[in-house]
Amino acid sequence: MKTAVRLALDAASVRGVTYADARGVAIRNRSLTTKNGRVGHASESESLGIGVRVIAEGAWGFAASADLSRAAGEAAAARAVDIAKASARVKREDVRLVPEPAAVAEWTTPYKIDPFTTSVEQNLDLLLKVDGEVRAIAGVTLAEAGMNFQREESWFLSSEGSDIHQTKYSTGAGYTAYAFAGSEIQKRSYPNSFGGQWQNRGYELIEEMKLVENARRVAEEAVALHHADQCPEGTATIILDSSQLGLQIHESIGHPIELDRVLGMEANFAGTSFLTLEKLGNLRYGSDLVNVVADARQEHGPGLGTFAYDDEGVAAQCTPIITNGRFTGYLSSRETAHTIGATRSGGTLRAECWNRLPMIRMTNVSILPGEKPLSLEQLIAATDAGIYMQTNKSWSIDDKRYNFQFGCEIGWEIKNGKRVRMLKNPSYSGITTEFWNSMDAICSRDEWTLWGTPNCGKGQPQQVVGTGHGASPARFRNIRVGSAYS
Amino acid sequence: MMTKDQAADIFDRIRRFSSADEVEAIFTGSHFALTRFANNTIHQNVEEENSIVSIRTNFSGRTARSTANQFDDESLRRAVAASENLARVQEPDPDLLPMPDAQEAGGRTGEAPVAPLSRFFEQTAAITPSDRAEVVKSIVSVAGKHNLTTAGIYSTSESREGIFNSRGLANWHHQTLAEVSITMLADDSSGWQKLNSPDVRKLDPVRLAETAARKAVESTHPREIAPGKYTVILEPAAVLDIVGFMFWDYSGVAILDQRSFLNDRIGTKLFGENINICDDAQHPLQAGSPFDGEGMRRHHVPLVESGVVKRVVYARATAQKMKNSEYAAKVGPIEPTGHGFPLPNEVGEMPMNIVFGAPEKPRSVAEMIASTERGVLVTRLWYIREVDPYEKIVTGMTRDGTFLVENGKVQCGLRNFRFNQSLISMLSNVEAMSVPVRACGEESFDMVVPAMKVREFNFTEVTKF
Repeated sequence: MKTAVRLALDAASVRGVTYADARGVAIRNRSLTTKNGRVGHASESESLGIGVRVIAEGAWGFAASADLSRAAGEAAAARAVDIAKASARVKREDVRLVPEPAAVAEWTTPYKIDPFTTSVEQNLDLLLKVDGEVRAIAGVTLAEAGMNFQREESWFLSSEGSDIHQTKYSTGAGYTAYAFAGSEIQKRSYPNSFGGQWQNRGYELIEEMKLVENARRVAEEAVALHHADQCPEGTATIILDSSQLGLQIHESIGHPIELDRVLGMEANFAGTSFLTLEKLGNLRYGSDLVNVVADARQEHGPGLGTFAYDDEGVAAQCTPIITNGRFTGYLSSRETAHTIGATRSGGTLRAECWNRLPMIRMTNVSILPGEKPLSLEQLIAATDAGIYMQTNKSWSIDDKRYNFQFGCEIGWEIKNGKRVRMLKNPSYSGITTEFWNSMDAICSRDEWTLWGTPNCGKGQPQQVVGTGHGASPARFRNIRVGSAYS
Repeated sequence: MMTKDQAADIFDRIRRFSSADEVEAIFTGSHFALTRFANNTIHQNVEEENSIVSIRTNFSGRTARSTANQFDDESLRRAVAASENLARVQEPDPDLLPMPDAQEAGGRTGEAPVAPLSRFFEQTAAITPSDRAEVVKSIVSVAGKHNLTTAGIYSTSESREGIFNSRGLANWHHQTLAEVSITMLADDSSGWQKLNSPDVRKLDPVRLAETAARKAVESTHPREIAPGKYTVILEPAAVLDIVGFMFWDYSGVAILDQRSFLNDRIGTKLFGENINICDDAQHPLQAGSPFDGEGMRRHHVPLVESGVVKRVVYARATAQKMKNSEYAAKVGPIEPTGHGFPLPNEVGEMPMNIVFGAPEKPRSVAEMIASTERGVLVTRLWYIREVDPYEKIVTGMTRDGTFLVENGKVQCGLRNFRFNQSLISMLSNVEAMSVPVRACGEESFDMVVPAMKVREFNFTEVTKF
C-alpha cells in the first residue's frame, strides 16, 4: 500500500501543485448482532483505497480510488489537480496552511487483545448469553445486542515530507431491552444507548464491561418503566449521568467549537455556530466548575478521538476549550488556524475513510472531573429536590447550537437527598450557555468515564466518525424539564 | 465503472471459491463527484471511484455476509472465507429461506420479470468539474446580486447496483443522480432550497438560488413570537423530513418485534380521510433500483388509504414468519413485497419509495398562505429525533426560512421554533395539500410529497435566531 501511496503523491507533485498529500487506508470491520435469541446479522468487511488531496492555483482538489494500481493512482492524482483548477474558478483568496513540521512516525493503538483474534463463536456466545438474561425478565418484548470491531491502518505521505503509518483499533458493544405494553414502548440500554460503549481499545474493553452481570437489572428497569410516573413538566434541578453528559458536551460544546462551522463552511448542512470569533477568550460559557478540553493524546485515554497524528499529519494535542467557565479554544486545522491568530493547527482534521476529504472533527472533547472528592451518591445525597436522568433516548439541537432538547431512558425523583420514585420519559431542554452556567456540582475522577460516540455525522458527502467524551455526573439548577411531552 | 458482464465474471469466481450451499453477491459501485461551496467560494471539491462486492453464503439455515472492494482472486477468496466462517458457527435459523430464483424474484404470477428502469442519463454522467464550477459561479452571482453569502453543494453521480445468486438470479440497475442544495445567508436570516433528479436537465440551480435568496431577504430581522399551537404550512421538504420518521414502522419485522407504532393499529383509521400513501419504486418521480436486497421485484404497495393503515411491507422470510404468527389476522395482506434489506439483518424491510396521493383539490403554497388567518410558513425542519415511539412524537427545529403568516399574507421572518409533534396528530390535522412533488431534505430519504397546511402544530420553544 505504501508504494501505491507514494506513487500517487509523486504523480500529484509533478503537476504544478503547491501542496499535496496522499492517504492510503485499509479498514477491516466485524459487526455482530443478536435479537431475541438469534443472530441478527453477522458480517465482516474490508475497504482499501487511496485519496489524493492537492492545492493547485490556490484551491483544493481531492480524488480517491479503490484501484491500487500505479495507473489508477496517477489518474487520481491528475484528477485531483484538475478538480483543484476547477475550484480556482470560484475563489476569493488562495488557501493558506499554517506551518507544520514534517513527521515520520509509526503508531498503533495500545491494546491487550486484538479483537480479530477472538473467535466469532466467542463473540456470539457472549451476545446470546446477554440476550438470554434480558429475555428472562417477564415483560421484555425485544432484546437486541451488538458488538463491533474495527482496525484502520493508514499511510499518510505529504509533499512536505511527512511519512506517517498509524493503526487504530476500536471496539464497541452494548444491548437494549424493549418492553411494549398497552400504548407504550419503553426501553433500557447498557452500558449506553445507540450501540453501548466504544473506545479505541482491544477486546479487553468487552471483558471489562460486565455485560451479562447487568442484563437482568437493565431488563427489569425497562419493564418497570411502564408502571412509573410521567416526568413532570416545569423547572427543576437535574443530575445527569456521565453518558448523558457526554452527549450534552458533544452537541452543545463539541460541535459549536468546530472552526469550520464558525467560519460558515458547513452552513448548508450541519449549520453554523453561535461561537463567533470575537467570543474567544471573552465568553462566559459556563460556571467556574466547567473545564473542557479537546484532547487527542493517548494520555487522555483510549477515546474514539485518540490518535498520534490527524489526517493531515498534525500531531495530537490537548486544546483547552473552556477554562474555569471561560471560552478559550476552537477545534482547528492547518487551513483555518490563521483565522484565530494561531500559528499551528489544533490537529483535528479527520476523514471517515480513504475516499473522504478530511475535515475538522471532534477528537475527545471532555469535561474535567471535579477536584474535590464527590461520588454520585454523595451528589444525590446533597440534593434536596431534583431529577436524576440516565442514558440518552433522544437528542436535538438547532443549527447554531443554542436550543437543545434531550430525552433520557429513565429518571429518578430526588427528595431530601434520596431517590424516591422512578420517572418515565424524562426530558430537559435549554439554551447552551445558560445551561452550562447553571452547573453547580460535578463528581470527581472516580465517576469519570470516557464515552465513545460512534455515529457523529458531518460534511457533504456526509462522513460518520467516532468521537470521545469524558464526563462525570453533574448537577444543573433551574432547568426546564418535561416539555417533550407538553 | 464495473459492468454487468464484469460483475458476472466476478460472481463466477466467487462461486468457484465457495463451498456453501448457496451464494449471493451484491455489487454496488459509483463514480461520485461533489463540489461544495461556502462564503461564495468553492472550498471543497471531491471525486471518488469505488466498487464493492458483498458476498452472502448459506449453509443449511445459517447465513452471513462479507464485503470487499478489491477483486483479485486472493481478496475474493478472503471475503468468501470470512462469510463462510461467520455463517458456519451459527445455529441454524428456521426462518431463513433458500435464495430466490429469477422467477420468484420477478414477483406475482403474470407479472413481468424485474425490468430495468430508465434512470440513467448521459447528460448527468458527462458533467465535469468545470461544469460544476460554472453552476456554482452562477449561484454565487445570485448571492452577490442580493448582497448575500451562499453555501451549498452541486453533486453528480453514476451508480450501478446488481445482485447475483447461485439459483440463477442476475439483476442489474444503472442510474445517475444530480443534486443541488443551496443556502443563502444574510446577517440574521437565511433561506434554503434543495432538489435532485436522475436527469440533470430537470434541475434549475439559478431558480433554486433565487428562491433561497428571496427567503433570506424576506426573513431578515426575524420577530420572536411565543411558542404554542399554530397552523403551519410545511413546504414539501419539511413534510418529507418529518413524516420520514414513521416509515421504519411500516415493516413486518417491526410489527413482529412489537416496536412499531402500528402495533394493534393496522386496519384502523389513524390519519385524516385525505391521507393516502403508497410505496412505488416505478413512480416516474422516484429514483433507485427496482429490486430489493434479495433481488425481489419492488411491488407497488398501498400503505394508507383514506387515513386507514392498510398494510405493511415484507421481505420474503418476514412474510412467512408473519403468516405463522399471532398477529396474522390483524395485519392485512401478508406477502413478500420486495422491500427487504440485504440479509442477514435485524430490521427486515422498509418502504423507501414513498408516494403521497394527490388531494382531490390541490392547493398551492400561495393558496394555503392566502387562506390562513394566522400561521407559520416553514421551509425546512432540522435535527428531528423520535421522542415517543408509539405516539410517534418527534422533536426538531425549523430552519432557513420561517415566516409569520397573517391575514392571508407572509408578514415577516420569525425566530426558529422547536417542535414536539405527534405524527399521528399531524396527519389527522391536514387541512390542505399541494400536488405531490419529488422532494429531498436531510433527515429522511427522498419522497414524492405535497406541501401541507396543518392545524395545531405544536411548537414548544423558541431559539435565539
